[in-house]
Amino acid sequence: MNTLDIYTRIQADPRYTEACRSCMNCGVCTAICPAAGYYDYDPRVIVNLVREGDEETLTDMLSSDLIWYCGQCMSCKPRCPRGNIPGALIQILRAVSINTGLFVHSALGRQQLAIKRSIGHNILETGYCVHPTRVDPEMHPEQGPVWAWMSNNANRVYGRFDEGYDKSGPGLLRKISPEALGDLDRIFEVTGCKRLWKTIEDESAK
Amino acid sequence: MKNYWKDYQKDIAEDNYFYVRSCIRQNFFPGAENLFIDILRNKLGKVVFEDADHTTCTGIGYHTDIVPLETTMTVVARQFALMKEKGYQNLVVSCVTSFGLYSEILDLWKHQPELKKKIAGYLAEATGRVFDEPGNMVHASDILYKYRNEIAAIAKYQLVNRETGEPLKIVDHIGCHYAKTFPERGVGGSEFPQVLTGLITAWGGSTVDYPERRHCCGFGFRHYMVQTNRGYSISQSKIKLESMQPYEPDLIVANCPGCAMFLDRWQYTLEETEGSVYGQNGRKIPVVTHEELAGIVLGYDPWEIGLQTHQVPVEELLDKIGIEYDPDLKYTDRQGNLIGNPEMINQQVC
Repeated sequence: MNTLDIYTRIQADPRYTEACRSCMNCGVCTAICPAAGYYDYDPRVIVNLVREGDEETLTDMLSSDLIWYCGQCMSCKPRCPRGNIPGALIQILRAVSINTGLFVHSALGRQQLAIKRSIGHNILETGYCVHPTRVDPEMHPEQGPVWAWMSNNANRVYGRFDEGYDKSGPGLLRKISPEALGDLDRIFEVTGCKRLWKTIEDESAK
Repeated sequence: MKNYWKDYQKDIAEDNYFYVRSCIRQNFFPGAENLFIDILRNKLGKVVFEDADHTTCTGIGYHTDIVPLETTMTVVARQFALMKEKGYQNLVVSCVTSFGLYSEILDLWKHQPELKKKIAGYLAEATGRVFDEPGNMVHASDILYKYRNEIAAIAKYQLVNRETGEPLKIVDHIGCHYAKTFPERGVGGSEFPQVLTGLITAWGGSTVDYPERRHCCGFGFRHYMVQTNRGYSISQSKIKLESMQPYEPDLIVANCPGCAMFLDRWQYTLEETEGSVYGQNGRKIPVVTHEELAGIVLGYDPWEIGLQTHQVPVEELLDKIGIEYDPDLKYTDRQGNLIGNPEMINQQVC
C-alpha cells in the first residue's frame, strides 16, 4: 500500500532531522516516558518502526491509537543518548495521520474533531487558547469550587486584578482587537491550518 | 560537574523587556502577571512593555496537533514583528509552553534558514509585517532568578517558619517545556534544576529533592483537554505527590502555569475521589507560581495578587511565615464587596 507514501511524508517534515537521528534502541525514552507508565505504549518501538520505513506497518500505526498516547512532555529529549526526540517524531506521525485521513480509524485520533472545535475555535474567536468563559465548570468538575466561582463571576473576579479585563488595550485577558484577530485568521488561511481543519471535519463526517 | 554546569548557564537581559502573556496563567492565576510587571517596574526599576495586540502563541493547539508547525511559526513570527515594531529586542515569555515553542522555532530556523525565509513570506502575505529574531529570549522566572538577591534585599518576609525558625521545605517543579525541550535554554536544565531553587534559597527557604522531582505534572495536552483522557493527567500528578509526601513539604512552587494549576487542582480531586491528601497533618500542599512567591516575600497583600484563586487554601502557609491578611477580603471584588463564597458551591467530582 504505497499510495499514501507515508514514509516520504514523515521524512519531509522539517522536524524529522532533529527528531530522528540514529536510534540505538537503548529504550531510555521508554524508561522515562510518563505515557509508557500509563498506557501500553513504547516510544522505542515507534522510533524503530519508523526507521524501518515499511509502508504497510506505518499505515497501520498511523491508523491506530498508538500515536495518540504521548503526552508531549518531551521528557525523552534530554535523556536520549543519541539526541533523538521521540515526542517530536510523534507530532510528525500525528500530522501525517491527519493529512492522510488515517486518524479516523482510531478512537483517540477521532478526538481531533472535538479538540479542533474547542481549542481551535477559541484561538480564532478570542485570540486565546483558553478563556474563563469557555472552561465550563460543569465540564470541569476536577477544577473544583474555586474555578466555578471564578468562571461564574468572571467580570468581578478578573476585574479585581485588572480593570482592563475583557476590554481593549493591554492587560489581563484583554479583548483581542479585530485587527489582531484578522491577522490570526489570515495566518491560519495562508499557512494551511484551515485546510487541515477542513480535512478533520470532512474525514470525521465520513 | 563543573563542565556540565557551564552548559546550563544563560544570558538574561538586564532591562528593556517586551513581555508576552500566557493564556493559562491569565486564566488560572489572574494576579500573577500584573504582579510580575509591578515587581519589575516598581521594585526593580525596569522597563517592561506589553503590546495589546499580541495573541496566543497557539501552543496548546500545536501540541494537541490541530495547529500545523508552519501556522504556529508564523503566529510566533508575528509576535516577533510586534516587538520589532515597538523597538524592543529582549523577549520575556510568561508561559512555559510558549517558551519551549519559541525555543523550538528559533532552533529550527537556525538549522534550516530556508524555513525561516518561508515563514517570513507567510507573515508578509498574511499581515504585511516583517520580523527579527529576539536578541535575548528568557522565561519570566529567569528574570526573577537573575534579580533574586536584589529581591531578597528588599523582602519583607523570609521563607521561614516564624515559630520554629526553620526554613520552609519547598518543592520546586520546573515545567517540562522550560527544562526539557532545550535544557541549555533553562537555568540548570532538567538535570540540575536551579531556576526556582535559586529563588527559594535566596529568600530563606530550603528545597526538597525527592525521587520524582523531574516527573511531568501530567498535563499531556490532549490528555487533559479531552475529558475521557484525564485519567492520564491526574495519574502523573499523583506519582509526584506520593513521591514528595514523605518529605512533608510546606509548599510547591512551579514556573509553568499549567503545572501549578494541575498540582493545585488534582490535589482537590484526589481528596474528593480517594480521600488522599499529601501535605502535613492531613492537609493539602499549597501551590504557588514564581511570581506569587516573589510577591509573598515582598509583602504584597495575598488577595491583591490572587492567592484566593488557588483551590488549595494558602492561609496555613501565610500563617507559618507570619503574613497578615484580612480573611473578609478574600472573596471580594475591586470595590470590596463580597462576590460569594466558593465553598458554598456543591460540586460533584466524577
